[in-house]
Amino acid sequence: MIKGNFIDNLPKVYGIYTGGFLGFIIIMSIAEQMGMTAKTIGICFVAFTVAIYAIIGYLSRTAQADAYYVAGRQVPTVFNGMATAADWMSGASFVAMAGGIYFKGYGYMALLVGWTGGYVLVASLLAPYLRKFGCYTVPDFIGTRYGGNLSRFMAVVVLTVASFTYVTAQINATGTIASVALDIPFQYAVYVGLVSILLCSMLGGMRGVTWTQVAQYIVLIIAYLLPVFWISNKMGAGFFPHFMLADEVARIGELEQQFGFVKNAAADLKTVPKGLAGITKAHSAVNATPWAFISLALAMMMGTASLPHVMMRYFTTPSVKAARKSVGWSLFFIFLLYSSAPMLATLSKLSLIDPTLSTGIIGKSIAEVQAIDWYQNWNQANLMFVSDFNGNGTLELNEFFMGGKAVVLATPEIAGLPYVISGLVAAGGMAAAMSTADGLILAIANAISHDVYYKIIDPKAETAKRLVVARVLLVVIGFAGATIAALEIQGILGSVIWAFDFAMSGLFFPLVLGVWWKRANREGAIAGMALGLISGAAYLVWVRTGGSGFLGITQLTFGIFGSAVSLVAMVVVSLMTSEPNAATQRMVDEVRVPAGKSILGKQH
Amino acid sequence: MSKQAQHWEKSKGLLIMTLAIWFVFSIGIFLFGAEMNEVTGPFGYPLTYWFTCQGSLGIFVILIFWFANRQEKIDEEFGFSERGDD
Repeated sequence: MIKGNFIDNLPKVYGIYTGGFLGFIIIMSIAEQMGMTAKTIGICFVAFTVAIYAIIGYLSRTAQADAYYVAGRQVPTVFNGMATAADWMSGASFVAMAGGIYFKGYGYMALLVGWTGGYVLVASLLAPYLRKFGCYTVPDFIGTRYGGNLSRFMAVVVLTVASFTYVTAQINATGTIASVALDIPFQYAVYVGLVSILLCSMLGGMRGVTWTQVAQYIVLIIAYLLPVFWISNKMGAGFFPHFMLADEVARIGELEQQFGFVKNAAADLKTVPKGLAGITKAHSAVNATPWAFISLALAMMMGTASLPHVMMRYFTTPSVKAARKSVGWSLFFIFLLYSSAPMLATLSKLSLIDPTLSTGIIGKSIAEVQAIDWYQNWNQANLMFVSDFNGNGTLELNEFFMGGKAVVLATPEIAGLPYVISGLVAAGGMAAAMSTADGLILAIANAISHDVYYKIIDPKAETAKRLVVARVLLVVIGFAGATIAALEIQGILGSVIWAFDFAMSGLFFPLVLGVWWKRANREGAIAGMALGLISGAAYLVWVRTGGSGFLGITQLTFGIFGSAVSLVAMVVVSLMTSEPNAATQRMVDEVRVPAGKSILGKQH
Repeated sequence: MSKQAQHWEKSKGLLIMTLAIWFVFSIGIFLFGAEMNEVTGPFGYPLTYWFTCQGSLGIFVILIFWFANRQEKIDEEFGFSERGDD
């Protein structure tokens, strides 16, 4: 099936796939009408979609290095855009983003700006040039541009630190969803998630991951948009929520005025289950200082441009021109989901807090709320909690607590949508987490197998052996990630943001200056990567252990400090040491024009 | 100046313009977030809120496509575009 002119048939193949998926949703909703239980529907959704991904992964199997590492460099722009969007939008984007906006409003929305604005940097500073370079991995670029095994190795270290931080969060998310949908304990669900992830990537490498990511994007975007539109229409808020929720946003502002943000006593808050939060911040008002907003956005933008699993997606396009366009498509597909998250947060919040709506619970008696079916379900799942702190028997705004994930997971049920939508949302979250995890595990395994094993340890290794090593590493790294995820150390979002900071601390300037500053040399790059990563990590440890920090740089934006150190170190050391040799300078000139052969050969 | 140097000069010019627009909509306007939010923006949303939800995001999408087209033109002008299609 995936042979011959598969590439020419892509629109048709994925068109049929999308139609099939919509058909599956309809079949499930008919089955629900006929009395299929919620649990069975959830299992069907997750099992069916994961099985499809596994089949795609199997059909994409390959024994060729360039297919395994860069999908044969023939992925068309639009499809690469979809694959990148799935690669990019993690379980956190899917499950936790709307929740973050719901609770924290403007201050949190810096992430929306940061996680999209970064693509402008990717398109203009890096992607086309790295594509011209013809590398397989990001360290491949660093190692060839600057020369020497040490620079290559340092890049692998930074890549591994950043990506591994990220991947545990993703495996954690697949585990959470699998455990809810399949009703098995989290410790086992993590490994179910891992096996699903490996099924997509093991046989086909980048080729397998590319085609499963396109399939996963289609599932996740349907699963995100369908409920948003449906809820908006059901509430009578407008048939196209993005353009029509101004009244709802204003209404939330009114209600906030009316209820006020009452601060709870510390003793009362202690009774609230861990991980749940109340509404304490304004929905649409500016509630953060300019620097708090800008520094977070900036850190995420520079982090975006340094994360290897995103960058390597642009190595798969057929040309430099296609790489540029493909960044635009990626951001377009990301935009579809990101612009919907604030709308979902608005709808979710209004449906819960507006006493004039039938779904509103604020102002009802506590006993009445506790008797609602969906409240009981989500209370049991540890995602909702009410408590009568002031003892007046009525639920106040400050007495209602919810988990961040509940905004995406529970809103369909609260709004009275059929259960089939909840099953769909579970499949979407699974797709989002799996696709990102695949990209990340592959980025790490490829860097270690290609850059450490093949380029440094055994340059004479044959393709077959290299690919065996790559696959073994894939499994090992996956299991390491799953084992750490099973320990449940930190929340999904915290570690995701750290990954951006680590990546920008160590890689942003060595990558950018590699293209844009001819004078940058090996010593400078090594100093930039090493000192950037070390100082960033040290700052994080310092702030985490009670340090006060400076310039308003928090544990979420420590990359600003790390990358500043990296820049200074790189420039100073480069200027103190001799300039790169003529061959390297010629190489940089070559990289700057799209025409001509790539720097590294097709097979290397 | 060689053809290649001219090409790079123009590419740098485009980069600076692109980054300037990027800077305005990712950082610049948020220096005045509180003041701007008093203004009613597109579709009736408060202006800063609209930018964080949709405005800046959408502008970035358009900006990248615009940049890609301009860069292609520059490459063609100097005969540096790739042969074959994408």
